[in-house]
Amino acid sequence: MGADVLASLSRLLPPERLLTQPAQLAAYESDGLTAFKARPVAVVVPETQEEVVALVRFCHDARVPFVARGSGTSLSGGSLPVPGGVVIALNRLNRILRLDPDQRIAVVEPGVINLQVTQSAASFGLHYAPDPSSQSICTIGGNIAFNSGGAHCLKYGMTANHVLGLKAVLASGERVEFGRASREFNGPDWCGLFTGHEGLFGIALEITLQLLPRAESFHTVLAGYATLEGAGDAVAAVIAAGLLPGAMEIMDALALEAAKAAVHAEYPPGCEAVLIVELEGPRETVTVERERLEAILTASRPVAMRPARDSRERLAIWKGRKSAFSAVGRLSPDFIVQDGVVPRQRLGEALRRISEMAKEAGIRVANVFHAGDGNLHPLILFNGREPGALERAEALAGRILELCIQMGGSITGEHGIGMEKREFLPAQFGEPELDVMRQIRAAFDPSGLANPGKMFPDGDAPALKLKGLHPLEQAGLISRE
Amino acid sequence: MNEALMPETMAAFADAVRSVDHVLVTGGGTKPRLSRRAQPPVNAEQSGSGSGLAWTRISTRHLSGMQEYDPGEFTFTALAGTPIKTIAVVLAGQGQYLPFDPMLLESGATLGGTVASGLSGPGRFRYGGVRDFILGLRVVDGRGRILRFGGRVVKNAAGFDLPKFLVGSRGCYSAIVEATFKVFPCPSSSATLRLHAAGPPDTLRLLTGLGRARHEFDAVEVAPGSHDVVVRLRAPEPALTALIADVLTLWPGHQLDDETASGLWSSLREWRWVPLDAGLVKVPVTLDTLALWLGEIDPAKRQVTAGGQGVYLSVDDPGTWATLDYRLKQLNLTGLTLRGGGPLGLGVRSAQHIEEAVKAALDPDCKFPGLYD
Repeated sequence: MGADVLASLSRLLPPERLLTQPAQLAAYESDGLTAFKARPVAVVVPETQEEVVALVRFCHDARVPFVARGSGTSLSGGSLPVPGGVVIALNRLNRILRLDPDQRIAVVEPGVINLQVTQSAASFGLHYAPDPSSQSICTIGGNIAFNSGGAHCLKYGMTANHVLGLKAVLASGERVEFGRASREFNGPDWCGLFTGHEGLFGIALEITLQLLPRAESFHTVLAGYATLEGAGDAVAAVIAAGLLPGAMEIMDALALEAAKAAVHAEYPPGCEAVLIVELEGPRETVTVERERLEAILTASRPVAMRPARDSRERLAIWKGRKSAFSAVGRLSPDFIVQDGVVPRQRLGEALRRISEMAKEAGIRVANVFHAGDGNLHPLILFNGREPGALERAEALAGRILELCIQMGGSITGEHGIGMEKREFLPAQFGEPELDVMRQIRAAFDPSGLANPGKMFPDGDAPALKLKGLHPLEQAGLISRE
Repeated sequence: MNEALMPETMAAFADAVRSVDHVLVTGGGTKPRLSRRAQPPVNAEQSGSGSGLAWTRISTRHLSGMQEYDPGEFTFTALAGTPIKTIAVVLAGQGQYLPFDPMLLESGATLGGTVASGLSGPGRFRYGGVRDFILGLRVVDGRGRILRFGGRVVKNAAGFDLPKFLVGSRGCYSAIVEATFKVFPCPSSSATLRLHAAGPPDTLRLLTGLGRARHEFDAVEVAPGSHDVVVRLRAPEPALTALIADVLTLWPGHQLDDETASGLWSSLREWRWVPLDAGLVKVPVTLDTLALWLGEIDPAKRQVTAGGQGVYLSVDDPGTWATLDYRLKQLNLTGLTLRGGGPLGLGVRSAQHIEEAVKAALDPDCKFPGLYD
């Protein structure tokens, strides 16, 4: 960015909201995908929707690439800056503009923290369902960009299933309004297209979210198994019985060890895996279903079964589960979080293959996953100071993604492609499909300025620590063209 | 207008699309307005087609069949022309269902038409509508390529969500040839209650209260010809009985016997309350706008659906179209005509540049021109 362009930019905001000093920029260099870093030329901090629009239009006119950023918790590098570009930090657009319990909606700015929406709705007996593990930090704007998920996706869907309307400024500079506040709409589904655009279309300014009545009653059971397969089989049995739990999660031995160390979670001894199943609904229904659930779980021969007796025990179970990603940091100086999906019934098989691949590579892998929907989160542990360790970890990550595709799944259940999985997009979509997606992107962003280099494999790779050809390229399985 | 082409495979469908200039896809014909041009396009012959054959209908009638169904995965894939009724029977055999009550099942609606029209039935109240259960699509694009978007697993964040986008797209971007959907286990028992309302204010109060209630209602509708709210509950026994008792202490009403209930849901699902030659319009709405509007609508000519999120209006007097258009504009609402001779769109129209840009991206040669209105 030339000095004159920077000077023009500085006229849009007061100096304290235009960050250009290296010490100020350092905090924005990475996001949740810490293996990558890139330094922007500037970080701008708008406080109003009008300022965001002005900034995006400025970037459009001056041909400056930009990356919108909430709390920077993306695990796929979605908010990694573009070198030579600007980061537009949305944290100060953090107002809940309207919360209407009778309409059951919340209208929020993009910088509102996910959990805040539920907290604000709680006194009305309502909640906002999508609950990614990072929900106490991540923002709705980021959730929109990446169609964030969480533990309750099987029953409640993902972010896109709870967005009724949004106003946005597109990278072209056009201000748009998609949807409204009704659950019904007359198509096509523009909100559905925009949610999950990975920041490539523009920036959401105001989002209308659906609120649901908070479940009245929960029944949460933690069951320990001698093998991962045992846990997986239990999940299949719950599904086959026609139950629809609010959540079903599995943690393996390494993940359990991490959670114990981090938050002093307690798990039955002698378990290779723990399954958490949570029923929710009206008290009458949960009363009936819990008996069925406990019968099914008992029949699955767990090492131990611990139904939560009160909300304190329930929250403790979830605290252990939700701490797993960050807790794994205690086991290893570095790790990569993966995010593939396999058909649920092949979870056991997938985990066996991952375990074999990990042993072959001499790498430890902890597993935490949304068992209800087949969404795996292998946590690949390594020590970045060891020469070649990152490369070996990335290679294993690539093989795991290949496995997901082979099994008819997806390379990403909820983290999105971002920076991390660009090279794998062609493994999931053919060239004609990628072509169509590029054309759609160009319709929203004709100059390719919004989060460039992300999602599509032909992007430039800013500050990629991994040098040379990707291991899958070396094997001739994919090629970057 | 020539007879419709009826390809029997996706490849044949793609060939058919490639071989003509402009395509109008038809399915079961249950939403006839969506495949009927109100008047011939003024300059179709000059639209650059050059072949003199401006429009070709391609029917999905023979593009039918379940391709894959895995009850343990909660997913199925079927060709676009597969009747919803066929799918429902197969799912029921495994104790599963599409929770959103696909519309016009008895009348012959197809899976592809359900996606293209974006019509969800009363069951969308509980878990969501068509858009919340669609996982993947195969489409034939304007160049006759068969493209696959989304996936076949219940959770997938890869790529832009074209399957969601195409819900309600009415054949204006591509031809849907195959769809993958998520299903849920179907609760074993259900009950229908009629909750009493003396007039629109009561109705609105009920809709508001039911929307915030703890009971996890399956469906909440205001039946035509009445102000009462009809609700459906699905839960395992003995929970269902207990829930019914609790609901009736909170809101005065009575339980319908199975036969009456079944007749009612069937009537709503098949639009049997709409006179055969009347038009039908769907209007998405919110409770606050409904409060301003409901009192002026003849109850016999409307159904309020999905807890007050939508209104179906029957239009039997051609003079009504213009009045309705005007009133919807005043209320900041948009209507979609599904049957009858009125304009396809009523009320507020959207005209954002991005809409043209995405259309140009997905259908650069305008193979799928839509209905011109």
